[in-house]
Amino acid sequence: MNKILLIIEREFLSRVKKKSFLIMTVLGPILFAGITIIPTWLAMRDATQTTVSVLDKSGLFAKRLKSNKETIFVSIDGSEEKAKQSLMKAGEHQMLLVIGETNGNTTPDIRIFSESNPSLDLVHSIEGQINSELKNVQLKSSGIDPALVEKIKPDVDIKTTVLNDEGEKEGSSAAATIVGFGAGFLIYIFIFLYGSQVMTGVMEEKTNRVVEVIISSVRPFELMLGKIVGVAMVGLAQFLLWMILSYGITTVAGAVMMKQSDSKPAIEISGNPEASKEMKKKMGKSGILKELQNVNLVSVVMYFMFYFLGGYLLYSAMFAAVGAAVDNQQDAQQFMLPITIPIIGAIVMAQFIIKDPNSNLAFWMSVIPFTSPIIMMIRIPFEPPFWQILLSMVSLILGFLGTTWMAGKIYRVGILMYGKKVSYKELWKWMRY
Amino acid sequence: MTPIIQTQNLVKRYGTYTALDQVSVSIPKGSIFGLLGPNGAGKTSLIRIITQITAPDEGTVLFDGKPLAPADVARIGYLPEERGLYKKAKVGEQLLYFAQLKGMSKAEALEKTKKWFIRLDIKDWWNKNVEELSKGMAQKVQFVATVLHEPSFIILDEPFSGFDPVNSDVIRDEILRLHDQGSTILFSTHRMDTVEELCSHVVLIDKARKVLDGSTKDIRNQFKSHRYSVETKEPINFSNFPWQPETMNVEKEEFYASSFKLVDGQSPNELVADVIQHAEILGFREEMPSFHDIFVQVVSREPETV
Repeated sequence: MNKILLIIEREFLSRVKKKSFLIMTVLGPILFAGITIIPTWLAMRDATQTTVSVLDKSGLFAKRLKSNKETIFVSIDGSEEKAKQSLMKAGEHQMLLVIGETNGNTTPDIRIFSESNPSLDLVHSIEGQINSELKNVQLKSSGIDPALVEKIKPDVDIKTTVLNDEGEKEGSSAAATIVGFGAGFLIYIFIFLYGSQVMTGVMEEKTNRVVEVIISSVRPFELMLGKIVGVAMVGLAQFLLWMILSYGITTVAGAVMMKQSDSKPAIEISGNPEASKEMKKKMGKSGILKELQNVNLVSVVMYFMFYFLGGYLLYSAMFAAVGAAVDNQQDAQQFMLPITIPIIGAIVMAQFIIKDPNSNLAFWMSVIPFTSPIIMMIRIPFEPPFWQILLSMVSLILGFLGTTWMAGKIYRVGILMYGKKVSYKELWKWMRY
Repeated sequence: MTPIIQTQNLVKRYGTYTALDQVSVSIPKGSIFGLLGPNGAGKTSLIRIITQITAPDEGTVLFDGKPLAPADVARIGYLPEERGLYKKAKVGEQLLYFAQLKGMSKAEALEKTKKWFIRLDIKDWWNKNVEELSKGMAQKVQFVATVLHEPSFIILDEPFSGFDPVNSDVIRDEILRLHDQGSTILFSTHRMDTVEELCSHVVLIDKARKVLDGSTKDIRNQFKSHRYSVETKEPINFSNFPWQPETMNVEKEEFYASSFKLVDGQSPNELVADVIQHAEILGFREEMPSFHDIFVQVVSREPETV
């Protein structure tokens, strides 16, 4: 036991001390923060003001276009030719918007002239404004009061409620989907990332021939187990650091940006104002954040830890066996296939499972230990019957005990076998030695 | 005295291939024991069973009179032929790790490692990565790793390969010093000069079977060819000589050499007595077989079993 601890310690420290671990640990949250912060920041940064000269031949829109912080609409007269010429002479951040003839019932020909391509946001915002103006005109000409239309805006929001022995509880399919998918995907990444680290670790010891020195002191199984657990701890440590750092960076950066933008919520500035208003309303009423509270996060996290570790243990034992059986990375490929197929299969099936989390397919995939870590995790937020969870957990435990036992047998023979191209038949033989 | 290692009828099979076939070896405590045999004979299989890397299919191993137990790894040091160290790990840390795996406490391991670093004059290697070391340097580190935990039984598989003559002597002296301190040494080697120089006992394994076993002295006697060489000042006149020579009067710088093979009942003294009457004797000695000759003779005489 003492020796296993020593091995775990070495496996953990030797990886954590590596530069690549440090880089990954720092880069991970920065990337994550980047993904969440940069778009907001880009949308928020003091955009250069663009002056749009509007040559409105119909006379319907020029006065209706609303200027804002970034875009100022200026109505001009005269011929199109002249306007184009003055645009050429004008400096940067000048555009010319030409709206063709229309009486409001037909869609006018609209063009924007500018030095460089205008941003999609600007084009969308102009399109939106002109569209709603046209709609108003057309409604009026059909004898409908646009104000009435504005008033009639039904807002349907279906509340899902889970009814079971524990009573009624407000459900939330959207939040469940996000949580389930996120958790399943994390497990998928973790299995691959750290499973393959176990494999390369085993291969390194084998090709370095350190293994013979070590297993004259400890049993091969102890060495394998020590490595698997050591790497798992590296994974957990990295995961934890990522969470803390990501949270830290996002909070700090968020606070800084909030200050800069006069505490206006970022979402209002980005995108078009109509949509953001809509979104804000939703968020306030029964937004995703509120919905998330309805998902039982504590139990989800507990299950997540279980499937996270269970899935990793199940697969890393197989990765270790592959590492022991081969001499180099190329030979490893052929044995990787049967390992990767169920994991990739699970993640591919995830989108179908999530549509119908209580189907037969979902049930079986969440009970078979090779797919259950991902599939059951996707189903958990949808609160499947407890006996199914229990069955899945027991089968996962049996599963990883089974793979670890088999892997141990292959490992024991494999690490001392050099210069031999191994076949599946050979592996089968090793298991029975 | 109980032998430190006693294997009894060991059998090891890999599938249909038999690596060891009823091998019984007894290694006396305090001996320097040579384990000889051609490539693929089963030496490594035997060593791996003694070091508990693999288990035998049949037979038992006694360590100091008791069946080999997992705890015994702490008393055995093993230097495998294929040397292996973690390339990216620091020399010092790595040695501490290996010693701790053998059951030493960290403090004790640290103290012992430092002593070895001073003894072998490699103090400034402590913080080097193994990949920065030359092959010979890494070998030295590996040797330290093998003996750091002060094992009473040390297995050395080709311990001198990769060393220059100077370092080779350093390591040989260290081995002899450990032997003087009471360790039993098992050499697995193809270098017969090492065997002749160091070993008190040898076992020769060929095609999974033990074919020769005994003290080096006994084995030499067993393989004696009863050939004697005589060095004389002037050539012997063989036309008038009662003994049939194998070679006659080979002219050397200062003498003439002749050799005789004696058969049962003939004594070297009679030969000398006759030579004296014909020429002045400068030298007379029995030609002892070298282990090289014994090895070749035994291995090639074995009938092909395949």
